[in-house]
Amino acid sequence: MAELKKANSVGEWFDQRLQTTTLTKVLMTEYWIPKRINFLWSFGMVLATLFTVLVITGIFLMMYYKPDTQLAFYSVNYTIMHEVAFGWLIRHMHAVAATLIFLFIYIHMFTGLYYGSFKSGRELIWLSGVLLFVTFCAAGFSGYMLPWGQMSYWAAAVITNLFGEIPIIGPELVIWIRGDYVVGDATLTRFFMLHVFLLPVVIMLILGLHFYALRTPHVNTEEGEDCDFEAEARKYQAGDKKNSKVMPFWPKFMAEDIFVMCVVMTLFFFLVFYGYHFALDPVNAIPADPMVTPQFIYPEWYFLWSYEVLRGFFFSSDLGLIAFGIANVVFFLFPWLDRDPKVLPMHKRPYMKYWFWALMITLVGLTIYGKLPATGPNAWVGLVLSVSFLLLVLVLMPLLSSMERKKREREAA
Amino acid sequence: MGFNANRRGFIKGAGTALGVAAAAGGVVALYGMKRTWDPLPSVVAAGITEVDVSRMDKGDLRRVEYRGNPVFILKKDEDMAPNPARDVMINGEPYTVAIAICTHLGCIPAWSPSARLFQCACHGGEFDASGEVTFGPPPRALDIPPFRIEGTLLVLGEESEEYHRLVAQA
Repeated sequence: MAELKKANSVGEWFDQRLQTTTLTKVLMTEYWIPKRINFLWSFGMVLATLFTVLVITGIFLMMYYKPDTQLAFYSVNYTIMHEVAFGWLIRHMHAVAATLIFLFIYIHMFTGLYYGSFKSGRELIWLSGVLLFVTFCAAGFSGYMLPWGQMSYWAAAVITNLFGEIPIIGPELVIWIRGDYVVGDATLTRFFMLHVFLLPVVIMLILGLHFYALRTPHVNTEEGEDCDFEAEARKYQAGDKKNSKVMPFWPKFMAEDIFVMCVVMTLFFFLVFYGYHFALDPVNAIPADPMVTPQFIYPEWYFLWSYEVLRGFFFSSDLGLIAFGIANVVFFLFPWLDRDPKVLPMHKRPYMKYWFWALMITLVGLTIYGKLPATGPNAWVGLVLSVSFLLLVLVLMPLLSSMERKKREREAA
Repeated sequence: MGFNANRRGFIKGAGTALGVAAAAGGVVALYGMKRTWDPLPSVVAAGITEVDVSRMDKGDLRRVEYRGNPVFILKKDEDMAPNPARDVMINGEPYTVAIAICTHLGCIPAWSPSARLFQCACHGGEFDASGEVTFGPPPRALDIPPFRIEGTLLVLGEESEEYHRLVAQA
């Protein structure tokens, strides 16, 4: 070890031991972000903030929650909601943050899709992001079970039952996942463990990968233009901040981010106090009863589109399950389904701009029809939307993008 | 050179032994972890339900609990068509014995005595008095639970030849 000089300040003392100055530069003041971005680029940090809210409120909920089928319902609906000081507030924050996280994941994801930030070198950012989405879905599902109301119970029953459709091992697998012949005490306690420990830890690890995957290919821009980050950073550091195409993560990028975060958190607390009903289904205020199925079973809004794909093939549950399986993994394939390597925003792509909005309309349509009873004409609309979704992602995406590439190559020649 | 060759051989051997032992330990640990999620012995033991059907009248429906699931026991009357592939004969009389879980997505159908149908509220599936699908998305008839007959006693959770005969016909 090099000879140690007496430190003149606390900061210097830490710098000698942890290289905090270098670390700050690498992570913050010399981490370069392009300037040609808009407010949509802020949702990554918004998501990180909401995840932090979930972790902190979750810690407080865990101190009174009891993962036992005899106690769970009352520990949530009586102890936490009525007895614990601000328990209701903590639960509302946890529920609203959970549901908003899905809204912002979708915005964040479709921003990446719109601006082409999922391909040509940025595949791992996209893949780790989709993996985060899937893990958040698992965390949302396992957390939904914990209050042990009617919706908790029947969501758990229906979703674990899906595994029973897997050939050969299916029925045994369902019993193994549940630890019982039906969703029961063993199921609740193990999903409690998944929700409060394993899945959050997995999310944090993937988050680390997600951030790290961004460093080498860098943040994309509104125009998808190439940028020599090193040259632009030198320009910025030499004092030509105005003409440089980049800015440091801290303080410039975060200044904008914090503004967007303030707007989002205002909305968040408005919902926590005045609009929490959408995140706390009234049917779940009835204790779980394995002998009575609620008349209408529907998932939370963020699962409705894939639920509708499952129901859409109303004449065959096997086809529905296959389509549902595809819907849940197809985002992983987007970097390869887009056959045009050139990074451009959708409005600059002659065919894909229609494709993108058709996909958005299909997803919104699936979400709306997922909430409606699947009877009469609704069943047929659901089928059309489900087939459209599969056609859009599996056929039209590779077809239109490769037509675009050929068109551009022809025009260049 | 000889020393080095032996040394390399030793390291290779020791490394292989360590790798094999670690892999075996990993497999054993995974098996142990898998077993911790299996249903507990108390859960398995509670999985047998005995029902005396001697006091049921024709057309009566009973709902009993078996392994946490509802089971329908319907004593068929003359208006309900016999179904040799599904009827459970107890004391010479036909009964429908079926797990009351819709084979579509696991909701509980309700018995409609007027329509003589089991109707599922979730996605509109319908089953006749024998438990066969007559309408909607269910992929197959209502499942028959493992059973054994002792006089007028129906034992759910134990298998019998009669049970295997019905399952083979399903």
